[in-house]
Amino acid sequence: MSQPLAESAPLRAPLEIEFDYTRSLGPVLSQFMAALAERRILGARGADGRVHAPPFEYDPVSAEPPGELVPVGPEGTVISWSWMPDPLAGQPLAEPFAWALIRLDGADTAMLHAVDAGSAAAMRTGLRVRPRWAARPAGGIRDIACFEPCDGPAGTAPVPAQDTLPAQDIGAERTPGMTIASVRLRYLHTASPGESAYLRGLAAGRLLGQRCGVCGQVYVPTRGTCPADGVTMTEEVELPETGTVTTFCIVNVGYPGQRVTPPYVAAAVLLDGADIAFQHLVLGCDASEVRMGLRVRAVWGEAGGISHFTPTGEPDALYETYARSL
Amino acid sequence: MSADVAVVGFAQSPVRVREDATTSGVEMLVPIFAEVFRACGLTKSDIGFWCSGSSDYLAGRAFSFVSAVDAIGAVPPAMESHVEMDAAWALYEAWAKVLTGEAEIALAYGFGKSSGAELRRVLALQLDPYLVAPLWPDSVSVAALQARLGLEAGRWTEKDMAEVAARSRAEARSNPDAQVSGSVTAAELLARPYVAEPLRAHDCAPVGDGAAVVIIASAARARELCERPAWISGFAHQVDSGSLGARDLLAVPSAAGAAAAAGAGPVELAELHAPFSHQELLLREALGLGEGVAVNPSGGALCGNPMFAAGLARIGLAARAVMSGRASRALGHATSGPALQQNLVCVLSGEAS
Repeated sequence: MSQPLAESAPLRAPLEIEFDYTRSLGPVLSQFMAALAERRILGARGADGRVHAPPFEYDPVSAEPPGELVPVGPEGTVISWSWMPDPLAGQPLAEPFAWALIRLDGADTAMLHAVDAGSAAAMRTGLRVRPRWAARPAGGIRDIACFEPCDGPAGTAPVPAQDTLPAQDIGAERTPGMTIASVRLRYLHTASPGESAYLRGLAAGRLLGQRCGVCGQVYVPTRGTCPADGVTMTEEVELPETGTVTTFCIVNVGYPGQRVTPPYVAAAVLLDGADIAFQHLVLGCDASEVRMGLRVRAVWGEAGGISHFTPTGEPDALYETYARSL
Repeated sequence: MSADVAVVGFAQSPVRVREDATTSGVEMLVPIFAEVFRACGLTKSDIGFWCSGSSDYLAGRAFSFVSAVDAIGAVPPAMESHVEMDAAWALYEAWAKVLTGEAEIALAYGFGKSSGAELRRVLALQLDPYLVAPLWPDSVSVAALQARLGLEAGRWTEKDMAEVAARSRAEARSNPDAQVSGSVTAAELLARPYVAEPLRAHDCAPVGDGAAVVIIASAARARELCERPAWISGFAHQVDSGSLGARDLLAVPSAAGAAAAAGAGPVELAELHAPFSHQELLLREALGLGEGVAVNPSGGALCGNPMFAAGLARIGLAARAVMSGRASRALGHATSGPALQQNLVCVLSGEAS
């Protein structure tokens, strides 16, 4: 455990981020999406007479909103395409498919969508395609599941590439004027060398910090670089598990995934010997008893790491002892 | 008035897949800040304004650029700003700060850990969030649509594209910061499989992590910091429609417009931010670069494209050519968005106006 920081590889772990955006569509796209639910496609005629499909919200020439939208397609012509041999999560088809710019009949601009052509050999510029509609509309662009060649058999709605499903597949009901965009991203997150040392220390029941060689301040958790001086820190400091509450708040609001029942205290805890406080929970007493200067001790969790801090029962720390770390 | 500001320093990290690097960029930034400060004889307290370019989508966490401020050492507090764009646009903001007299010396930096997630998929989130992004079109597939348009219009061939890649890799042999380099012929490259027909791997910038930093200074300070400052004689950026199907993907009006607005004129050397081989061909034409112009002597973005730093690095490399006396007039270009949607041109000259 006393291995110098630089000699241990940084910790890495998968990180998955997921969020659903609920977006209001505005007047133009509301009409466009409502028409998709009826299996119709609308475009907008610009000041120059050209028909844009999908419709613009503001005319690129005159900057005016469009007048009445005009029906286009639903068939169209491929004007360019690329082949996706190995579809990525969230894309319209799980099997190899073509991305295409498709000029719908009656339109002067193209829309980007997927074409279920079976093979790259079946794709060509000029190919005539028609929309394959989603089984159940959900009020988004994915109400067109994909396009398919006009000269082929009608396919059934495809299985999208796994992971990020269109709204209809997560059970969302269509809400006029709104669309849900589901985003799921996967990362391989790397902790910095300093963070890695800190986490390894926690797993072994130790609290590790670092001292900056320029300003002398002790940081915990270890963070690798002194934020005051912008230099790499190399001196490791082991800290005790006792400290002082410098400031705190009482959490009264519930949220999804919350692990402690409100009201509870989130506090800035200044470990003895450190110059910078860090945030943690203070439990084991009534929230109303927590105060600035309260002396606390780490309570270690069963799975490693600190579960929370709890009062030690010592007299409160004098304000002067932590004032500069507020 | 625009020649009153000059680039006086540049540094970049080698472009690599950095398994040890965090998405905050600190580990990549600390060494290059030290390098550029050493070269200019500056310390952090000399910098009147800092501006960074990076992206939370790339980092996978909110306010990732705030963590990067650790690399600055922002005590006492620094005047600092950020753009969620390539740091070439951060340099533009820094340039405006110096032009308006709010800072004498300013520093722009960009960083990107492109390898932290599936880059081509993350970049789908820069597309229209109503009509396009819900389909998750990846950046390589979108670029491939543009490449095919040019192929079928007779603007270039797959061989032309492979020749861009082969020449870039050959140039990159003398660039230790490049991620990809080597001797390979276009014919050898053309024998390899498609990754997104009509694009092969060599047509696409590799996924790599990196950071870059550029320091600029007012006329009053530039000469004391650098023997031969690279004076910014023009700096402009423009954007085309966000609707991929509504714009002519074989014209790059925003690049041509930015070059005209920057008064580009004849240059000896150009560093172009073309993440796909055919985009170098489009940009050469849009920027009016003739046969005599040395294009991407660094190997260009095809040999190293750290997201949010590669555009700034193009300007830094063009400036370095002027500062070293290799060129008297050079052009740095940066792009952002899908299929060359947004373009920036910075013209650098050995002569103050």
